[in-house]
Amino acid sequence: MDLFEYQARDLFEKHGVPVLAGAVATTDDEAFKAASVMGGKVVVKAQVKVGGRGKAGGVKLAVDADDAKAKAGAILGMDIKGHTVHQVMIAQAAPIVDEYYISILLDRSNRTFLVMASVAGGMDIEEVAHTAPEKLAKVPVTAVDGISQAKAKEIIAQAKFPVDIADQVADVLVKLWETFQSEDATLVEVNPLVKTEDGRIIALDGKVTLDENAEFRQPGHAALVDHASANALEAAAKEKGLNYVKLENHPVGIIGNGAGLVMSTLDVVAYAGEKFGGMRPANFLDIGGGASAQVMADGLSIILGDPDVKSVFVNVFGGITACDAVANGIVQALELLGAKATKPIVVRLDGNNVLEGRAILTAANHPLVEQAETMDGAASRAAELAAK
Amino acid sequence: MSIFINSTSKVIVQGMTGSEGTKHTRRMLASGTQVVGGVTPGKGGQSVEIDGHQLPVFNTVAEAIAATGANVSVVFVPPKFAKAAVIDAIDAKMPLVVVITEGIPVHDSAYFYAYSLHKGTTQIIGPNCPGLISPEQSNVGIIPADITKRGPIGLVSKSGTLTYQMMYELRDIGFSTAVGIGGDPVIGTTHIDCLKAFQDDPETTAIVMIGEIGGDAEERAAAFIAEYVTKPVVGYVAGFTAPEGKTMGHAGAIVSGSSGTAQAKKDALEAAGVKVGQTPSETARLMRAILGR
Repeated sequence: MDLFEYQARDLFEKHGVPVLAGAVATTDDEAFKAASVMGGKVVVKAQVKVGGRGKAGGVKLAVDADDAKAKAGAILGMDIKGHTVHQVMIAQAAPIVDEYYISILLDRSNRTFLVMASVAGGMDIEEVAHTAPEKLAKVPVTAVDGISQAKAKEIIAQAKFPVDIADQVADVLVKLWETFQSEDATLVEVNPLVKTEDGRIIALDGKVTLDENAEFRQPGHAALVDHASANALEAAAKEKGLNYVKLENHPVGIIGNGAGLVMSTLDVVAYAGEKFGGMRPANFLDIGGGASAQVMADGLSIILGDPDVKSVFVNVFGGITACDAVANGIVQALELLGAKATKPIVVRLDGNNVLEGRAILTAANHPLVEQAETMDGAASRAAELAAK
Repeated sequence: MSIFINSTSKVIVQGMTGSEGTKHTRRMLASGTQVVGGVTPGKGGQSVEIDGHQLPVFNTVAEAIAATGANVSVVFVPPKFAKAAVIDAIDAKMPLVVVITEGIPVHDSAYFYAYSLHKGTTQIIGPNCPGLISPEQSNVGIIPADITKRGPIGLVSKSGTLTYQMMYELRDIGFSTAVGIGGDPVIGTTHIDCLKAFQDDPETTAIVMIGEIGGDAEERAAAFIAEYVTKPVVGYVAGFTAPEGKTMGHAGAIVSGSSGTAQAKKDALEAAGVKVGQTPSETARLMRAILGR
């Protein structure tokens, strides 16, 4: 889960990373109040989980609270690269003399954590890595070793930070590690880390990504979920414990078991759909291993509730999942939905208890349900039905 | 032969007394696997009867090894306790630990992976994987044993059900070993580790490699194939239609910017001489053409 800037700021503050005063506002009146409390000049920053908001006009300096209200009014509701601005952060303005970069992230390729640090901050770090790699220090850190004060000093020296601020920056790095580790983050990034006129080192803007697998030991993280921008179908699926991703404006609903097989199903449908005017998958939905009839019924209800969907492809290879349970789930879901179910469903079952599963569907003889022998054949039929 | 496991493998089940552990212990036994016991801290000294097999339960992996001579452990422990379970196995110098558990925080898997490297005596497969099977010899994990038989194909995949699908497509030919390495961002055994083992395994004559979006494991595997693998390799990559920034089920399956796309992986594999199928069935046809069957 990616956090908003203000949420990252709050986590930094909690773990002792130096930040400036900041408050979130969802209306121009709230922005006025926040700016009044802070006093002086403030920066009004759109809270969106996408880069390039400054260029898009989502970050403005305000001279006082009235100005902050006006600027917030203009920014709230803006569309930045397809993201609607629902909130702004009102942040204290600070005179900056220098900008740096620092991050800790999960390095999948090397299966370890990685610190990246550079004195060339404030810009796109991928650009720095590409054009001036000598300006970016990359230091692997294992989960077993972590970042001690001594290790932090070593990294900061390697990144060639000025000697007069090296200790301060090393201290920030240790606190960022504490944030990274204790919050179960996969990314903490500060860009820019700044030096102010009065010599303070401050995390001015930050990105944090949290590991959703750690929810069981991070009770505070549930409050960080962004409900305002969540897709209604995705929210409903999450509530049922289903792994669902909506793909906008496409007509073939997909249900399968196992992430890899479902991804593959989306691809096969897209290829098959080329013959029928470009029919493409409407969603990703993985009912997981060992799914019960209830899980199948929940999944089918969500897909049939998607107005974009014109046909449904249920693709199950029964490993642990039993095909008869899947078939029962389909039958149950259709009974529950009754007359509300109006979309054709193509079912391909193979593997564990396949004969029982097929027999259940044959016996139910539901007018909306068709069975197919192969994954390719079923994909083609589902695309054809969507095109009708 | 086969890779990683064979008919002499002696397997203990960490979490055997839990419902998933018991269910899959039964399935592993039914497929002829030598399951020799289980580990559940606090339940040591008990024993569990599963389908006529009397299986001892131990408090620690070290005790289990001492009593049974086990050389493989399979972990069905819930995410909350998985790190401790894997570290227990590493401390006991268990040679192979297969972590089936889904949903382990990546800080925990990064920790036990780093710890295994530090100790240098344990290979981890997974987490969040279906395990591995050498048909008619040993089955460690949750892969159904009745899909196919022993044969000449080696298979490595991040995904469970795609593994089953591919085994099913080529069921008449059979497999030396099929390994599901898992879809998490940090995994103990990579495509490359499996490719190397298959190249070195005399029973394996051709290899199927299944990848998916996210990370650069497939690109690295392609470079390794070009350098080391002389046996024919057929590839498949899932996720061509996945949009940027959306996690597709597996924690590791996400396209970010231009990196991790299915097309980039396919291109890298083809550049290394791997024939890449557009669908699972086409991939199976490519393998049949290579084997002349």
